[in-house]
Amino acid sequence: MIGFAWLQSRTQTLVAAGALAVVAVVTAITGPHLVHVYDTSVAVCQAHDDCPAATNGFLRIDHTLSNWLNVLVVTVPGILGIFWGAPLAARELETGTYRLAWTQSISRTRWLAVKLGLVGLASMVTAGLLSLAVTWWSSPIDRVSATAFASFAQRDIVPLGYAAFAFALGATAGLIIRRSLPAMASTMVVFVLVRLAFDEDVRPHLISPVVKKFALSFGGFGIHNGGPPTVQPNLPNLPGAWVTSIQMVNRAGQALTTRIVEAACPNLNLPPALGSGPGTGRGTAPVGGNPLEACATKLAPIYHEVVTYQPANRYWAFQWYELAIYLAAAIVLGGLCVWWIRHRLS
Amino acid sequence: MTAVLEATGLGKRYGRRWALQDCNFAVPEGKVVGLVGPNGAGKTTLLHLAVELLAPTTGSISMLGHPAGDHPSQLSRVGFVAQETPIYSQLSVAKHLRMGALLNPNWDADMAENRIRQLGLDPRQRAGSLSAGQRAQLALTLATAKRPELLLLDEPVASLDPLARREFLQELMEVVAKHEVSVVLSSHLVADLERVCDFLVVLVASRVELAGDVSELLASHRRLSGPRREAGSLPAGQDVIAESHTDRQSTFLVRTDEPVLDPAWTVAPVSLEDLVLAYMSKARDGQPARRTQLEVLR
Amino acid sequence: MIEFQLDTASGVATYLQLVQQVHQALRLGLLEPGDQLPTAQQVVAKLAINPNTVLKAYRDLEREGLVRARPGQGTFVVGSLPRTDPKTQARLIASMTAWLRSARDAGLGPDEIEAVYRNAFRNCFAEGVA
Repeated sequence: MIGFAWLQSRTQTLVAAGALAVVAVVTAITGPHLVHVYDTSVAVCQAHDDCPAATNGFLRIDHTLSNWLNVLVVTVPGILGIFWGAPLAARELETGTYRLAWTQSISRTRWLAVKLGLVGLASMVTAGLLSLAVTWWSSPIDRVSATAFASFAQRDIVPLGYAAFAFALGATAGLIIRRSLPAMASTMVVFVLVRLAFDEDVRPHLISPVVKKFALSFGGFGIHNGGPPTVQPNLPNLPGAWVTSIQMVNRAGQALTTRIVEAACPNLNLPPALGSGPGTGRGTAPVGGNPLEACATKLAPIYHEVVTYQPANRYWAFQWYELAIYLAAAIVLGGLCVWWIRHRLS
Repeated sequence: MTAVLEATGLGKRYGRRWALQDCNFAVPEGKVVGLVGPNGAGKTTLLHLAVELLAPTTGSISMLGHPAGDHPSQLSRVGFVAQETPIYSQLSVAKHLRMGALLNPNWDADMAENRIRQLGLDPRQRAGSLSAGQRAQLALTLATAKRPELLLLDEPVASLDPLARREFLQELMEVVAKHEVSVVLSSHLVADLERVCDFLVVLVASRVELAGDVSELLASHRRLSGPRREAGSLPAGQDVIAESHTDRQSTFLVRTDEPVLDPAWTVAPVSLEDLVLAYMSKARDGQPARRTQLEVLR
Repeated sequence: MIEFQLDTASGVATYLQLVQQVHQALRLGLLEPGDQLPTAQQVVAKLAINPNTVLKAYRDLEREGLVRARPGQGTFVVGSLPRTDPKTQARLIASMTAWLRSARDAGLGPDEIEAVYRNAFRNCFAEGVA
């Protein structure tokens, strides 16, 4: 059965191998250059005191390629789920070839288990090799980013989990829906929704974040779409940490509003409310540093910052937890598939 | 003699509709069995139940002495060709043989290759570009090269032109002669059956209407024609299967174990085709056979 | 080797047709003792009939003492049927043709001729006259 599964998936495996080879070549050719520029500009920028300029210049190199590689790592698991997982059972069911495959000499449960295992493994290996190449290539770039968590989903081991889950999702959809195209469409929709929901609502809570108090400090003004400008807190020095929220509160827990700031620091020139346009959101308008700092010092005895964050050294814990959850989901779906083919397809 | 295929109270229901019900028959080994019936009668359902593609709602079906689903290795003793002969259109003929070798413990590679060569099939040709007749021959090769004891074929010649049909049956009969395989062949075309089948199961509207050895069936059915009479005036022991009347003449197709001695009747044998058609229309029209009395006028 | 034909429209059972063709071949001298009959496999590969039919025909022929099956080798002709001498055959065919012509000239149609023939046939063999 293993031999036959290979026989059937030979073409798609070769396509994947070819694509991976292209990525490998591209990253191998351009990677060392990136490292070289990093070593000669950013690594020594402290000594030359031109870090911002050096960093910006460095980030502009191969900017497009970096984006493409990131897009690739994000989309490949879903693509594998749609094109390898969904048609696995669905195509046999809709073309009728299941009547040939399941009447040879092996049970259909074994047929499915071997196909799920083999092609699922191939999906994980493909996503893993891709992630390996991109993580390696991007490591200089990642060194200058504020936190490793910024590129969490496109690096290291989580893409393996995404690929396993997307594949299992596709296979389940194909088995239940029995038609390739609807199964592919629903796999895509469900996978995207799950990824988004996990990113937003699950990942931040995988490990209880650290909550710490810091002295009050203002970073500037933020403008929400068309609303009045608000005073934004300054990020404390937590290198590499993933900050999920900063609140400015007093000892009783009451928030520091812009009205209180205006009342306490009357000579602060708040910029007029700007209309919504590109870059609207929590951007900071450039303001002279001193009035803001003075105001912050004035309010500091009463108000402080409460920062909720995940320290940098938890990055790998998060990677393993998320991988484990997605793998567990994939295994559950695989079990569902085996149960379904045994009991529901008669 | 062990029954090579046996159904006991077999039934299959989809939602409200019974695709098959109250099926009871036993097919002895070493026969070529014709499973006949109109489209939608339940032939495919019956065959799918036999090869475990479906599970019964009621009753049971057993192949080669074992109830279906009991022994996982049972599938290796049965060769199955499904309706429209499904094959992998992207794989070549040779790869299909490779599949057979990989998935079947008793695969006879020499036999398979010889057959392909004799049929004139190009091993490298993609199966999707074969003609219908060639596909049927490929499917038959896949089913027979696993050296089964029983071959189940679901309407294998239904969509073939007459020449391809004849060649397929020649091939099949040669396999039967050479390897002593039992065959169950379903068809809604009755004409081919008489030369090929020696056992018949007639399935109409989800029920088995007739099951028996062909020579016994032919020996026990007669066509009687004579002056106009009602069926009720025929003697006991004559099961009326079909009847037709004009103003002067009556014709009856009867099942009987006794010779018809009344000289008023012209007695003629019934062809297998007419026999099957009579049972099929009887089942469709819902007329039960009536026991009747024939006066002995000697 | 003899080659069998099948007439599906004749109403005669298949196995009987095979038996009759062997008888015919024996009478015409196309088969002689020592000749091998085609194997069941060869017959069905050409005629697409059930192999059991062939085996049944051969069994009947064996019971008549005309053939014998040698296991592993095949079925061979061992007996013979009284052969009609070709001159006698030609003479009989000629007289039958003449009779048919005179019946036709007398106004009999094909069915009446056949009825007359069957009647005479029955009477003749019922009397045991050779």
